[in-house]
Amino acid sequence: MSENRLEVRKTYKLLINGAFPRSESGRTYEVLDAEGKFLANVAQASRKDFREAVVAARAAQAKWWSQSAYNRGQVIYRLAEMAESRHGELAEVVEACEGVKAKEARKSVSRGIDRMVWYAGWTDKISQIFGGANPVAGPYFNFSVPVPSGVVAAIAHPANSFEGLIDVTFGAIAAGNSVVVLASGDRPIPAVLLGEMSAVSDFPGGVLNILTGNAAELAPVMAAHEDVDGFDIGNIEANARVELITSAAGSIKRVFESEGFDEANAVRRMRTFIETSTVWHTKGQ
Amino acid sequence: MESLHSQLGGLQYDDAPESAAIAKIKNEYGLFINGKFTDAKEHKSFLTINPATEETLSQVAQADSKDVDAAVQAAKRAYDKVWSKTTGPERAKYLFRIARLIQERSREFAVTETLDNGKPIRETRDIDVPLAAAHFFYYAGWADKLSYAGYGPDPQPLGVAGQIIPWNFPLLMAAWKLAPALAAGNTCVLKPAETTPLTALLLAEILQQAELPDGVVNIITGDGSTGAALVEHPDVNKIAFTGSTGVGRMIQQRIAGSGKHLTLELGGKGANIVFEDAPIDEVVEGIIDGIFFNQGHVCCAGSRLLVQESVADDVLRRLIRRVEQLRVGNPLDKNTDVGAINSAEQLARIAELTSTGEDEGATRHTSTCVLPQKGFWFPPTVFTNVSQSHRIAREEIFGPVLSMLTFRTPEEAVQKANNTNYGLACGVWSEKGSRTLWVAERLRAGVIWANTYNKFDPTSPFGGVRESGFGREGGRQGLEAYLNV
Amino acid sequence: MTPSALRLVTPDSSGIKIPARKNLPTFVTESGLRTELKKLSGVDSVGAEARVAKLSTRSLKKDTKKSAIDLAISMVDLTTLEGADTAGRVSSLCIKALQPDANDPSVPSVAAVCVYPDMVANARAVIGNSPVHVASVSTAFPSGRASLPVKLLDTKEAVDAGADEIDMVIDRGAFLSGNLFKVYEEIVAVKEACGTAHLKVILETGELVTYDNVRRASWLAMLAGADFIKTSTGKVGVNATLPVALVMLEAVRDFAEEYGELVGVKVAGGIRTTKDALKYLVVVNETVGSTWLSPDYFRFGASSLLNDLLLQRTKQRTGNYARPDRFSGD
Repeated sequence: MSENRLEVRKTYKLLINGAFPRSESGRTYEVLDAEGKFLANVAQASRKDFREAVVAARAAQAKWWSQSAYNRGQVIYRLAEMAESRHGELAEVVEACEGVKAKEARKSVSRGIDRMVWYAGWTDKISQIFGGANPVAGPYFNFSVPVPSGVVAAIAHPANSFEGLIDVTFGAIAAGNSVVVLASGDRPIPAVLLGEMSAVSDFPGGVLNILTGNAAELAPVMAAHEDVDGFDIGNIEANARVELITSAAGSIKRVFESEGFDEANAVRRMRTFIETSTVWHTKGQ
Repeated sequence: MESLHSQLGGLQYDDAPESAAIAKIKNEYGLFINGKFTDAKEHKSFLTINPATEETLSQVAQADSKDVDAAVQAAKRAYDKVWSKTTGPERAKYLFRIARLIQERSREFAVTETLDNGKPIRETRDIDVPLAAAHFFYYAGWADKLSYAGYGPDPQPLGVAGQIIPWNFPLLMAAWKLAPALAAGNTCVLKPAETTPLTALLLAEILQQAELPDGVVNIITGDGSTGAALVEHPDVNKIAFTGSTGVGRMIQQRIAGSGKHLTLELGGKGANIVFEDAPIDEVVEGIIDGIFFNQGHVCCAGSRLLVQESVADDVLRRLIRRVEQLRVGNPLDKNTDVGAINSAEQLARIAELTSTGEDEGATRHTSTCVLPQKGFWFPPTVFTNVSQSHRIAREEIFGPVLSMLTFRTPEEAVQKANNTNYGLACGVWSEKGSRTLWVAERLRAGVIWANTYNKFDPTSPFGGVRESGFGREGGRQGLEAYLNV
Repeated sequence: MTPSALRLVTPDSSGIKIPARKNLPTFVTESGLRTELKKLSGVDSVGAEARVAKLSTRSLKKDTKKSAIDLAISMVDLTTLEGADTAGRVSSLCIKALQPDANDPSVPSVAAVCVYPDMVANARAVIGNSPVHVASVSTAFPSGRASLPVKLLDTKEAVDAGADEIDMVIDRGAFLSGNLFKVYEEIVAVKEACGTAHLKVILETGELVTYDNVRRASWLAMLAGADFIKTSTGKVGVNATLPVALVMLEAVRDFAEEYGELVGVKVAGGIRTTKDALKYLVVVNETVGSTWLSPDYFRFGASSLLNDLLLQRTKQRTGNYARPDRFSGD
């Protein structure tokens, strides 16, 4: 076996509508590892790419919500299975991107996968925890059902390259939304890998869209896009949020702006991207 | 012009059966205690047979009181040393593994269940096995979310659960018991029914493949005496029983004052209520599903048909025509609708109760289907001119026998439906939503199906009121049975 | 081990009993027609779809499968309904209809060819006096958006050119806006214009959307004198489906039991494989039974289905899959 074998290098593309295109702008940017060494050229998403992703997300969301909660849970769990089977690869990439020790990187990947399993088990619990029958004063059967907001745009954590992506993505997806997430600008590779794995996890195309690029350029585009229902900016610096929220208010988006990966925040995120729909039905002979 | 007769079901269906070979049933089984099977030769044994052919399938162990003690001690040790220290997320991952393994070996499970129970392969394949996997999948997701279940910030398990299940849905009942118990953090000793132990024993293999820690689940086969020993064992903290009201009553009496927690899922005499504006073709299917699904061996069966008088004749005519189309026979045949009765004892019970129907003056319509020579079979039967005092209107037959009564008003329908000591399930058929809801809230039943029947889902709580038992299986409410809340 | 004396109180309670033909009621007002249609039961779509799902798990016996394939072939209305149709195209189609497999004369001929009205004469020239029927669409197929006189002329020209069967479309606009009487009257008028040709009424179930509408439209068409009710033109997004066929067959069954009138059902559009076709035959088998398992009362409107039936037929007989090119592409 030749030691001088040339590696077949990977091209890192966007994930839009279940397919892996380059940016329509043709742009790429260099991703360096924690030591400044070249890792890869990664597509630099443009506003048009985001627009395409929203179109795909909107179309896919109806299909995603029409599947049973059980089915949605199984799909998310399948992604966890895929990630687990590539645990080593993910850990190597996290280690390179973040400059942490190998053991730390493995723990981070394990936490991320376990978190995905946690989300997989949420899909068919949300109705029971956040919905229910209401005892109105009158001959009516009244029940509240939690339904997803629709299309959620999210900004991943700039530094935590794997876990930081999962929390802004899978809460909304478990609740039945479709998501367009902008991965960490400097450390996007784990996100791109996860995108690849989602393609073999039975996600309908368009439910999960992963863009790589520049948050300063794209966040305002996301905020202003009218056909986006929810906006997760918990990972944007606090002093940069006001302008984004002002823009998002144009279409009364649901905005999430809390930071942190704890469980309480994860549940808060899900609740932000859920609407309650209440039905009244008369009762009588 | 003369009248014509168009024969239904004339096209012949395939009788090449699903192959039994995939089941890989062993000649003999020991007990599954502490993660291993004991040596079958160490135990007295009994046979389990295929009720469709009366052929012996295997020899299984009769667990005596020493075996019950060994199983309970294994469960207690596993609880104290391992499972109570296993975090929610880790418990979840075991349950997800089990769900996936059931999915992977689903054909094996379906064929084994059909051979051991007598129910059609179409049902084991499309209903029993998928629902069992789904049940584990659903409760896996609760294991790390108990604080959201509405039982307080940190609800605790009960300890060791002794679980006794019936023969009508052997694998599914095992799933209904084990999944929530394990999710909540308990360890289990499960006793499958005497006539249907095989899928529970196959499940034990799955638990080994999932590497569930030793002793977390123990499966002990045996007859009523095994169950009694389990119920009375002092180190069991919780008893969950599904079976007849008679035995449920005995259990409740026997553990009185012991401090053991108890849930019971018992018998029923479900009323399937048909209003004049019901969608007629779907109603006929629903009546059929309500009583002939699983040969009527269903605690929540729609065994009393209450039809609004104005449409009774039309419904009956269509129903009888449809009953004649039911294919009764080899359960391994994918085209079979109705399979075998589970045992000679059950068949005798069905026959005895059915004959009282005629004795008491009801009119009997029985399918003219040809029954196989060997095995235990009962032809689908409908009784009309039934009054509420007839035994066939009051007692659970647990077979493919339907009793039809009539009513005039919604009020009368409710009164007749509730005229029973049972309260498990009912059906309501109407296109008028307000009436359906009005009737539903007046029915004394734990489950009400509207424009459908015999639908089950792990997210939907199932259980009865009054003498049909207490406690719920499935849904968020299903956790309550296994938490100390 | 069987229980004691079986006692059926209603003798012969199996199957569909069709009485002697009764006169159909005639309707002269919208309200009269509405009252009749209000008697119909609704359809629970969840239940109907569940019934079909169960029926789809049936598998036919090997020998039965062979004869069922031949039966399906004999039920095909081999169709070409394209703007680009020419005399040559129609000619080839008719030759195939007469002998679907040039290498095997044992293959039954199809039930009919189905063409546009101005192609009927070409079809008739090739079909001649053979048992294969010539069916023509009419009434401004597929949209039905034209005046009644135009629709009747369309029909008459097809009949005069030699059509044995007319496939008309109902006015879906009128149906959906509640003008049921207009729909009824048009069918009655077209039936008259058919003369001795038999009339199939296309409901265009994909545009009616709900099963309740399908049941109502089926009953209305039968009251108006339809010989066949047909699902679709094949020219819209949603064509024949198994649940729609079930609902139509149930309507046909009830109509036969009430009025002694046998109406056929044709499923058209989107049926491409033998597997699909056999599923439809199972639904017919268990809903209306033996009388309808005949080209006189059940048809498949299809084009590519025929070649798949021939492929499967060859497999049944020889044990091997044939190459699709063995059969003509017509």
